[in-house]
Amino acid sequence: MDIVVIMKQTFDTEAKIVLDGDGKIDGTGVNLVINPYDEFAIEEALKLKERFGGEATVVCMGGERAQEAIRTALAMGCDKAVRIDDPALADADEWVIAETLAKAVSAMPYDVILGGRIAVDDGAGQAPIRVAEALGVPSVGSILQLEIEEDTATVTRETDGGTERIEVKLPAVFTAQKGLNEPRYPSMMGIMKAKKKEIAVKSLADIGFGDAPAPKTKIVEFSLPNPRAGGKTIPGEPADAARELARLLRDEMKVI
Amino acid sequence: MAKGIWVVVEQNRSKIRKVSLELLSRARVLADESAEPLVAVLPGSGVADLAAEIASYGADKVILIDDERLARYTTGAYTSALNGTIGKGDPRLVLIGNTAMGKDLAPRLAQRLGAGMASDCTGLSSDGAGLPLFKRPIYGGKAFAEVTASALPVVATIRPNAFALATPDASRAAEVVNEPAKIDPADLKAILKDIVVAVSARPELTEADIIISGGRGMKGPENYELLEKCADVIGAAVGASRAAVDAGWRDREFQVGQTGKTVSPTLYIACGISGAIQHLAGMGSSKVIVAINKDPEANIFTLADYGIVGDLFEIVPLLTEEFKKLVS
Repeated sequence: MDIVVIMKQTFDTEAKIVLDGDGKIDGTGVNLVINPYDEFAIEEALKLKERFGGEATVVCMGGERAQEAIRTALAMGCDKAVRIDDPALADADEWVIAETLAKAVSAMPYDVILGGRIAVDDGAGQAPIRVAEALGVPSVGSILQLEIEEDTATVTRETDGGTERIEVKLPAVFTAQKGLNEPRYPSMMGIMKAKKKEIAVKSLADIGFGDAPAPKTKIVEFSLPNPRAGGKTIPGEPADAARELARLLRDEMKVI
Repeated sequence: MAKGIWVVVEQNRSKIRKVSLELLSRARVLADESAEPLVAVLPGSGVADLAAEIASYGADKVILIDDERLARYTTGAYTSALNGTIGKGDPRLVLIGNTAMGKDLAPRLAQRLGAGMASDCTGLSSDGAGLPLFKRPIYGGKAFAEVTASALPVVATIRPNAFALATPDASRAAEVVNEPAKIDPADLKAILKDIVVAVSARPELTEADIIISGGRGMKGPENYELLEKCADVIGAAVGASRAAVDAGWRDREFQVGQTGKTVSPTLYIACGISGAIQHLAGMGSSKVIVAINKDPEANIFTLADYGIVGDLFEIVPLLTEEFKKLVS
């Protein structure tokens, strides 16, 4: 079975966000990790590989720093990786990202394509589903369970307040929700092996784009949330404090 | 020339999702500002009765795509049907609720329309030059991005509770149009086999007006009953921190935070939650935040509008009694 994992390197969720002098998100000194939802996708790919054989290929858009996340995915057990790095992708929106990833994936064999349901940095949750559309294959978002029997996958997908079970013909794209599995840690052996695995670095021209696709949306400004003026504690005995809180919520804030 | 604001209305068992009505409410204001029509598209089966309610929230036109194959949401059939209708209508802006359906549908639809998309927006305005301007939380709410479109149409998903509901006007009438669903057979490669709906009388977390959440300080799964009792008095949903979910005390679907659900209720009551940065990212946009924690140094107090330093096992039952008095 040929499995492709769409992966992204993100800030650690512990990271505090600050803006630099140009008003952009400042990545200085921030710990970078594999997007946590992509870890579920990687783990699922490895489970499929263990069960059915075949290869798991990581596809990642990113600069030099992303090499570390890719190496981790290879140490977990993925077989090889493609990193797409091109200065023309600096202003890429989700449309450009999807067109680029789809172009790269279209040159590979694939039965199953996995990605995280969302990246914890931009929170867009678009790339893998857009890639499915660009490739003309079905997609199921936010999956909690994946079973494969010959050319058919049965997946459990999260809905608002429940789940649904969907049967879909392969090839197909699935996005991983927390709960799908428990991602493994790379073993010492895995880390050693990963050093010898291939990471192909490709430009847009290398994957077959003459010109970079033009973005359709543009970020014009970053801002930080207004700090909340918290810190008001209600003093008194528990019974008095509870009474006062209920009164404030009804009379002052009008939320009860 | 692309013109008009379109709202894809989501219904579930013949009930319109609240977020769809919030979108109509906000879009009505924008459509008046830019003097263009507000069109609602409603895919489903046997949904004609819902047109009047949609009109009462401001739609000038309601397009019903009524087809048995659209009775329940499936990615392919909905993308196919909406792509046909939207492609023909040539709107400027397509708005969809950021629900389980919206998250799955919108990226696929946007790609098929060849459109850009802004996900999970909490702000929606105009840049003054006729292009939409979206505000969206990034890094789980630790920052915001303002996004414009450089091509039209543009698709946006909007976070539930981001916009207030307008007062419905039952005297408003809309032009109601039936459109046949054109579904490409190639879009029917996925089959919905069954649906499991969790039985809960409480509101869905992301749409709830009030959420009462418990963290590590709850000490065990059995103690959530305290929060449930309080929740049922004030019509709240019950949430949990990542610590509580990772400990196995609550199901993952109730997790609030950067790797769980992002919520913006009018009232968020945090009980025994220290306030890790990932949790604050998931609930920091709540209108009013209350914290109950026995540790006066807990980080949650730095952003809580009201805090009580004390034992939640004592405070929560007292608060429940006070709420009972208020709502009776």
